[in-house]
Amino acid sequence: MSALQIMFDALSLGSLYALGALGIALIFGVMRLVNFAHGDVIAFCVFALLWPSVDAIAIVFAGNLPWFLLIPFVLVMGAGLSVLCEFVVFRRFRNTNPATMMIASFALGFVIRYFLLMLFSSRPKSISLLPELSQPVTVLGARIPLLQLITILVTVGVLVGLTVFLRRTRFGLEMRAAAENFTMARMLGVRANRVIMVAFALSGALAGAIALILGSQTGTANIVMGANVMLMAFIATVIGGMGSLAGAVLAGFLLGASATLLQALLPPEARAFRDAFVYGAVILVLIFRPQGILSARGMKERV
Amino acid sequence: MSELSADGVSVAFAGLKALSEVSLKVSSGQILGLIGPNGAGKTTLVNVLTGFQAPTSGAVLLDGASLTGAEAHEVRRRGIARTFQGGRLFRDLPVIDNLEVTGLGLGLSRAAAIREAEEMLDWIGIASLADRIAGTLPYTDERRVAIGRALMRQPKFLLLDEPAAGMSAQEANDLSDLIRRIARERDCGVLLIEHNVGLVLGVCDHIVVLDSGAVIETGPPAAIRASETVRHAYMGTAADTDLPVQEALV
Repeated sequence: MSALQIMFDALSLGSLYALGALGIALIFGVMRLVNFAHGDVIAFCVFALLWPSVDAIAIVFAGNLPWFLLIPFVLVMGAGLSVLCEFVVFRRFRNTNPATMMIASFALGFVIRYFLLMLFSSRPKSISLLPELSQPVTVLGARIPLLQLITILVTVGVLVGLTVFLRRTRFGLEMRAAAENFTMARMLGVRANRVIMVAFALSGALAGAIALILGSQTGTANIVMGANVMLMAFIATVIGGMGSLAGAVLAGFLLGASATLLQALLPPEARAFRDAFVYGAVILVLIFRPQGILSARGMKERV
Repeated sequence: MSELSADGVSVAFAGLKALSEVSLKVSSGQILGLIGPNGAGKTTLVNVLTGFQAPTSGAVLLDGASLTGAEAHEVRRRGIARTFQGGRLFRDLPVIDNLEVTGLGLGLSRAAAIREAEEMLDWIGIASLADRIAGTLPYTDERRVAIGRALMRQPKFLLLDEPAAGMSAQEANDLSDLIRRIARERDCGVLLIEHNVGLVLGVCDHIVVLDSGAVIETGPPAAIRASETVRHAYMGTAADTDLPVQEALV
């Protein structure tokens, strides 16, 4: 495997983790909620393309849409479910402590997962999502799947778009203020419900984007397919510095890079334990920088 | 002409009385001082007036209409702004954004919020700080930004919670000038809580003294300066050596 290929692998895996971490950090920023239901929202987005059935062969419903309708459909599904979660569940926990909210999000995640289980059974289904993306392309002499390239480009696009949104729009400014000091922002008149709603919608749309990437990459729909990304994304938000969006993205890419590098460099008999090495590195980072790589200043204890 | 008043306000925390039957009022353009030893209930009273704390009994009135039980953001919308001990700015945002987001929150369009934020910084005399990250500002500037943020959208009343804490004599002097300008030029009623009794005596039209949650004296600065009751209250807590009580009251 060429160095270039490893680099593309690292970037595309990192992109996936970064998108996931952003979805978690956005919500954590405005309401100190670690949303463990995020992974199940990802799975939901994939299943939204199928008709409910317990058969092994997926009965495609919206999955047959042309790509320019399919992509918005999945993003809207993610945003919609995410906003619904906020509206039905998290709103009731607004003033409870973070641990309570986190447990509520676990519970909600199980509700979504078992809802999917009920409709689709736990058997993974094979789907053919955007099959045109699996053909290889040659970039700078490296042959990589088109999907990998698109994943990286989409992530860069999302990051640029989100930066512009946060810096240049009034919603963005309100969100940055709310992320830093929610009580104060609210007191100054920033509409809390609207800001939180937008954060959930964005987070859900990011889950949709991950669903599209994962679905096309693996060609299967599985009710637990969001779990691994969710775990990595959560770790990325922690080592990125809870609440720091830039930190979450950076840590997402670092995790992706270290996983890919370890995969390539570890002796073959140790590769099965790759994740143990990744998590070991995470522990080391947290020992030396318990506040995360880029800690959000708003999170610091005030004296 | 507006009037903000507390009418027989009591607050009890689990049986401990923080305020008992406190009444005071402040009107447009007036500077009312609120002094008292540590633990007298000054900040609790400001919290009640701004909706951060519901009173156990009593009422808060703005021009005769009840504000009792209104939430903090509602109180702010109705024209009662405050600052906090320690500034509490959005530390990661630039100074201008700190003001702008307040304008947005209070219903301005983006362009109007930026314009008002710039005018406000200019009016206070800190236009040069506009692009600094709020968390990097020295203490005194942080306080002035907090006051600017509170003044966005022309509140009728401004409640300042210990704005001079930690300031040098010169800085406190500049602050006095700013407070006077807020009252005179913006016709804003100011309630000033301050440990720096000299500052309060110098700048306020009228002073209310709290001790152990109750009003023990009210009057113009000269009367407070001469009051035996006030002197006694402060001497009783002589351990608070950081208070410039001696110089201020004698």
